[in-house]
Amino acid sequence: MSNTDFLLAVEDLSVSFDGFKAIDALNLYVDRGELRVVIGPNGAGKTTLLDLICGRTAASSGSIKFKNVEMTSMAEFRIVRAGIGRKFQTPSIYENLSVFQNLEVSFPRGRGVFGALAFRCTGDVRERVQEVAEEIGLAALLPTEAGLLSHGQKQWLEIGMLLMQDPELLMLDEPIAGMSVREREITAELLTKICQNRSMIVIEHDMEFVARIAHKVTVMHQGKILAEGPMDQVQNDPRVIDVYLGH
Amino acid sequence: MNRVTDSPPAAAPSRLAALRDWLAYRGFGSFVLLALVLLVVMPLMLDVFRLNLVGKYLTYAFVAIGLVMAWGYAGVLSLGQGVFFGLGGYCMAMFLKLEASDPVSTKIQSTPGIPDFMDWNQLKALPWFWKPFEHLPFAIAAVLIIPTALAFVIGFAMFKRRVGGVYFAIITQAIALILSVLIIGQQGYTGGVNGITDLKTMLGWDIRPDSAKIILYFVNAVLLLIAILFCRLVQTSKLGTLLLAMRDKEDRVRFSGYDVAMFKVFAFCLAALLSAIGGAMFTLQVGFMSPSFVGIVPSVEMVIYAAVGGRMSLVGAVYGTLLVNFGRTYFSESFPNLWLLLMAALYIGVVMAFPDGLAGLYESHVKPRLGSLLRRLGRSSRSRSTLGSP
Repeated sequence: MSNTDFLLAVEDLSVSFDGFKAIDALNLYVDRGELRVVIGPNGAGKTTLLDLICGRTAASSGSIKFKNVEMTSMAEFRIVRAGIGRKFQTPSIYENLSVFQNLEVSFPRGRGVFGALAFRCTGDVRERVQEVAEEIGLAALLPTEAGLLSHGQKQWLEIGMLLMQDPELLMLDEPIAGMSVREREITAELLTKICQNRSMIVIEHDMEFVARIAHKVTVMHQGKILAEGPMDQVQNDPRVIDVYLGH
Repeated sequence: MNRVTDSPPAAAPSRLAALRDWLAYRGFGSFVLLALVLLVVMPLMLDVFRLNLVGKYLTYAFVAIGLVMAWGYAGVLSLGQGVFFGLGGYCMAMFLKLEASDPVSTKIQSTPGIPDFMDWNQLKALPWFWKPFEHLPFAIAAVLIIPTALAFVIGFAMFKRRVGGVYFAIITQAIALILSVLIIGQQGYTGGVNGITDLKTMLGWDIRPDSAKIILYFVNAVLLLIAILFCRLVQTSKLGTLLLAMRDKEDRVRFSGYDVAMFKVFAFCLAALLSAIGGAMFTLQVGFMSPSFVGIVPSVEMVIYAAVGGRMSLVGAVYGTLLVNFGRTYFSESFPNLWLLLMAALYIGVVMAFPDGLAGLYESHVKPRLGSLLRRLGRSSRSRSTLGSP
């Protein structure tokens, strides 16, 4: 397969679970600096797609190239180190550590066993934690135990933990699920801001939110891509309307 | 007010507070207390026979603190720590046995100069893998390296394939069974079910008299305290934080760019290394090593020590080991048939009722009361000093 200028090039990707094709010969290209939103009805394979890209699920066939490097046979932690960050649907943070420690532990240094043993929280780590905490709006809560945060704050903290690693591709699975209107607005601003020097893939259901943040929208249905393009174009696509409203 | 704080009696409460803070810092107080108990109280209170007994128990404590690291911190429950305890013990015993089997003292054998059990099993020469154990540096290196390397191989094979939890526990138990069967079956090479006995000297230094037992007790206690400090270092490092984080949010750690499997391998290897040191010290203090410390039953007992003491507490694990073993000595003398049942009941009881063991009971019941007592003490001495000042 030829090399491309895309940051991420997914080509002919398939995975099946017990004969059921969750992803079926899918192609997806993401540009540098692009914020792509993936939408689609339940069971369309959106989360599975993210699982495949970050290595959590092994592909049956096809290729995933990140900066023209094949990712399909790489271990998860290597994919992360290559520059792909993944946020899970439910907030996945270390509840009994403080906000500061959550961010500190995510700092990409001392990742080996003995590196972690020798790791010291030096000035540059503290600076970076402060910087990220300000970006996600939790600077005042650094000493707070993460388990005590509100649902929305936990989601932001997990995004912050990913930002600590400065990934070139950030994948978020339904980041605003369960958030209040105000929190959604803040999150939209946050995503637009952090997208300035990286690419993102976001799975989302809330159309208003999608319209606000998306550069381009991909509609998935039954493991395939149904439509792709700017929001208003996709919204008026008769096939998309059919999938969402028909039958 | 200034005069009051400057006067000597008023300094007491602040000094008391400083002491309290210092002792609370990273659990240092409990460590100092343990050091006092092991190095001062025990030797002063006990006769040599009982001190040696405590020394023997303390060798199990190495296994228990290893389990605190592997089970408590990394969530890796091994039911086969006897394997590593035994391997460490056997490596040391092989050296001591060779020293005890010089041609002069074994001249009545048909082949003098080889260990007695080999002669009984019609072996004519020392097997090749026994030969390097003539040298103490090799034996010590073997104590430290062989069990750790075995743990690495087991851990790497299991954790890289994401085998964990109950399956890992069962596999370690199977390995404990395999090794004990192997040792018992290969009588000519291992001494069989009797183990390696009649150990006498180490580089000419007789390990049997009381004076040697006292020295060995102190060596053992100091090594144990060093091991606890090292484990504490691991716990307070980023590595310790990650181990704890992995227990609850393994995927988050993995997708933060960490090789989760290698962290578990490390914890398992550390536990194996500590167990092996304990095993070697056991051989030195007790004077023999046998397969009865390798199999499933001793391995499970070692887990009980850690559970009773508190699987999150290094110091607690040491007390747990001492308590269970004193209990065993007492009860198995009075009710030999009931002991195993009692032990099982103890384990189930602790896990059901006090999952954090003795250390957990201390944290939730004793410490708050101790804290308020210290505060009241501080307050009363402060009020006394205020009254006393003009």
